[in-house]
Amino acid sequence: MKKLINNAENVVDEMLRGMVAAHPEYVKRVDGCDVLVRAGGSKGKVVLVSGGGSGHEPSHGGFVGKGMLDAAVAGAMFTSPTPDQVYEAIKAADGGKGALLIIKNYTGDVMNFEMAADLAADEGITVEKVVVADDVAVENSTWTTGRRGIAGTVFVHKCAGAAAEEGKDLAAVKAVAEKVIANVRSMGMAIAPCTVPTAGKPSFELGEDEVEIGMGIHGEPGTHREKIRSASDTTNHLLDKILAEGIYKSGDKVAVLVNGLGGTPLQELYVCNLAVSERLAKEGIKIAKTWVGNLMTSIDMEGYSVSLLKLDDELEKYVNAVADTPALRVL
Amino acid sequence: MSTRLYQCIEAIGNRIIENKDFLTDLDREIGDADHGVNMARGFTEVLAALSQDETDIGAALKKVGMTLLSKVGGASGPLYGTAYMKAAGPVAGKTEITLEDAREMLKEAIAGIQMRGKAVQGEKTMLDALIPAYESLNSSIENGVDAKTALSRMCETAAMGVEYTKTIQATKGRASYLGERSIGHQDPGATSSLLTLEAIRDFI
Repeated sequence: MKKLINNAENVVDEMLRGMVAAHPEYVKRVDGCDVLVRAGGSKGKVVLVSGGGSGHEPSHGGFVGKGMLDAAVAGAMFTSPTPDQVYEAIKAADGGKGALLIIKNYTGDVMNFEMAADLAADEGITVEKVVVADDVAVENSTWTTGRRGIAGTVFVHKCAGAAAEEGKDLAAVKAVAEKVIANVRSMGMAIAPCTVPTAGKPSFELGEDEVEIGMGIHGEPGTHREKIRSASDTTNHLLDKILAEGIYKSGDKVAVLVNGLGGTPLQELYVCNLAVSERLAKEGIKIAKTWVGNLMTSIDMEGYSVSLLKLDDELEKYVNAVADTPALRVL
Repeated sequence: MSTRLYQCIEAIGNRIIENKDFLTDLDREIGDADHGVNMARGFTEVLAALSQDETDIGAALKKVGMTLLSKVGGASGPLYGTAYMKAAGPVAGKTEITLEDAREMLKEAIAGIQMRGKAVQGEKTMLDALIPAYESLNSSIENGVDAKTALSRMCETAAMGVEYTKTIQATKGRASYLGERSIGHQDPGATSSLLTLEAIRDFI
């Protein structure tokens, strides 16, 4: 393992301290916790609290700021934060109008955030939660824990964050988040694994010409392996699965996220985005907004995911609303 | 000199910590390669947080549960945390326990895991080691088997449960995303549960 770290055990703490050092105008750390909140606080608004295991940077701390999150909890690497940490985040961010927890659909995340919500409710803070499950690679059936939450989560942060910034109440902000969840789908793939610093070795092995399709964001295996194909063929394969959901039809408007998993250069992400734009044009689907970048990563994994969010007028307004955070600025 | 209660929990903790890499390797096959790392971190904290003079078994288990809950994270934190806190119930205030108490503790722990994880037996989880262990212990008690033999049989049955997890497909937790590809691998959670029971057997 070759990494620019000081000590594998201290990566999360040192990363958070480095983020605060870089962005003091945006974020501050809650004392004794792995929690970032807005530097200026969130008084008088509904607060959005998200988080998860570390390793997905800039998710989630990078999205703390105007128009997006109010607090982000960083768990250990790829490990859901504990209930006490999430609870501290809710308390620290609380602006007196209630909190919406945005949870990615993993067994541990859901359990830990639910326990934190119970603790906060005991303290008299009104808490609602939404669970993002946008990954179409996973069958949604009684035989699984349901679909995983992956990069589409950033659209939830963006739209629900804009609604909260606008002064909407908790129920209305939650409704926006749920509308995004109902209309966003994603799928990813990897061409090389990631290495968790404390594990010291790659999370899986791929042959020289092999790729993993349906990759999650924790190095957990995807649906199957195959020989590597061109960027265009691969992107179309991911889009086939997303379009098969039947949500996106000719004449619809969408926002696109071509998301890098951490180890793939932007030039390749743009090559993949070309395939997205060409395919959607062919399908008669209008692209109202495109984001290309590393927004929901998997440490140093090479690969990407594609997310589509179907837009109505309300969601289009929220996608384009002002956001000012360390990792995403919409002016 | 620490109490025998502390030594027993220390034995469990050390067993988990010694098997950190083994558990993490199992998790790498079908999960996200952190089970051993997280459990070892949790038990390192437990051994530091727990008083070496503690004699109240219920209080000690509660402390273990709270510490795991706040230090482990992932799914294992809430599940093991809940299991230890629930196991504390039947032995609150006790400084010695019988085999019947152990059975009640295991029963409560299993109920807690099922409540928190919404899982049943046969889904490739820790329950596949713990439920057979409980059934074995229960039958030993009903047949008047001595404690040492009962614990030893309990562990053999739990080990068979771990073997059984190799043959089935995961339907809960992160391994469920693998579908049929999870078959052939033993469940890391069932394995850490077995290690816990074996550490208790060896200590007693």
